[in-house]
Amino acid sequence: MATKPMRIRASVKDGVTEVKALVAHEMETGQRKDANGAVIPAWFITEITATHNGKVVLSGELGTAVSKNPYLAFRFKGGAAGDKVAVSWKDNKGESRTDEVAIA
Amino acid sequence: MNNQRRNVLKTGTGAAVLGALAAAGIIKPGIALAEWNKAAFEAKSMADTLKALGAAQPADSKDVQLTGPDIAENGAVVPVGVTSAIPGTTMMAILIEKNPNALAASFTLPAGTEANVQTRVKMGQTSNVYALVKAGDKFFLATKEIKVTLGGCGG
Repeated sequence: MATKPMRIRASVKDGVTEVKALVAHEMETGQRKDANGAVIPAWFITEITATHNGKVVLSGELGTAVSKNPYLAFRFKGGAAGDKVAVSWKDNKGESRTDEVAIA
Repeated sequence: MNNQRRNVLKTGTGAAVLGALAAAGIIKPGIALAEWNKAAFEAKSMADTLKALGAAQPADSKDVQLTGPDIAENGAVVPVGVTSAIPGTTMMAILIEKNPNALAASFTLPAGTEANVQTRVKMGQTSNVYALVKAGDKFFLATKEIKVTLGGCGG
């Protein structure tokens, strides 16, 4: 299944870059049932990593309790306008995606 | 350190030990995509989750803050944030006591990244939410009760 692009925004102010990412993902918990009472299998992002010019600035492990279309915001020191910030994730089905944005 | 070694030994099976070691910072996880800590995410109770994370006895700290609403109308989308004023914070995790699996997310912070992360979580019911922070080899904890009017884990 094709994955949908993330929406990432990165802006630098006073030497600190703020990154906000909205990831398009179902984040199915594996606890819900469909109309026929069959359990919908869990499908969620397990790992997410953010890099700035190739250097890791945040790595996280997510569980099923993270909301659908996960939102993530964090700040790191450094970064200049035009630098690349990339966010990649991997889910429990082995799918992955990376999106990149230039710091505004 | 001896305490941690005891815990590691008690945790048992290979994967769990590796997970606990990684969480305790004894083994550095891979830089890019670290191995997902299955034991911690599948642990049901707070105590088991803390143990799987290698944080047997975290201390309450005023320097750790959990931000979030007092009342969440929709349990499926509860905005929470963790901030830590403790220098050298390397790990932050969000735990929800009454969810089927307590651990919602954990983040590893390399040097230069501020100890301030926001995200959104699902909550099945009104519960205490914990922010667990690791600085050096110590763990710290902050708590906030978030009331949920409509659960986010039903179907």
